[in-house]
Amino acid sequence: MSVKISIEKNRIIAYLSGEIDHHSALLLRQEIDLAVRENNPSELILDFSEVSFMDSSGIGLVMGRYRVMNESGGTVTIHNPSPNIKKVMKLSGIEKLASINNV
Amino acid sequence: MKVENEMKIAFKSLSSNEGFARTAVCAFAAMLDPNMEEISDIRTAVSEAVTNCIVHGYRNTCGTVEITARILKDNELYIKIKDKGCGIPDIRQAMEPLFTTAPCEERAGLGFAVMESFMDSLRVTSSPGKGTSVIMRKKIGNIDE
Repeated sequence: MSVKISIEKNRIIAYLSGEIDHHSALLLRQEIDLAVRENNPSELILDFSEVSFMDSSGIGLVMGRYRVMNESGGTVTIHNPSPNIKKVMKLSGIEKLASINNV
Repeated sequence: MKVENEMKIAFKSLSSNEGFARTAVCAFAAMLDPNMEEISDIRTAVSEAVTNCIVHGYRNTCGTVEITARILKDNELYIKIKDKGCGIPDIRQAMEPLFTTAPCEERAGLGFAVMESFMDSLRVTSSPGKGTSVIMRKKIGNIDE
């Protein structure tokens, strides 16, 4: 599991890869939050293109980042989840907090 | 319950074993020739159950997680995931979507909801102070349909 972070003007894109579970979520959370704190973006994009597996720990990760971004009026957008990951997202209703786009 | 095949594993309640556990169960389930969606459903449900043992059952302690997987007649997969941890005082409340006792760890409270939704059946038994067992079943393929 790893995350590459790309910082643009007012947005941060976190390119996640590998498997997101309870074991890996903490590290991802720390790296993304560090970038958000340092750059104060108005939009955080979580790109799931390279994520091969995610359980509900990934939902906790998105909900937590929504809370962080929402404090400063920012948004979270989810990009390119695979059908299996989308199934977990749909069950959770996370799209009410973060829109899901295929780009 | 006619058992056609069975495997058992036991491992320490370390979060680094979550990936091992779901992969091991899926390797066993592969004998039933599941499709991509079925194998993904099993992988996710096992991950949720094992994470519950580690995060909740053995909170602040370390113990053993035991998994028994069986192949039953008519291509049915049986999975039992058991811990000897703290147990659940109120199972009905624990199974409510979004209920969690670990919000500061960003647990979404969806573990049981995922297991219930991704498998055909889910049974949870627990004794406070003694531990929790989760039994999940799923028919693989559509041979009866």
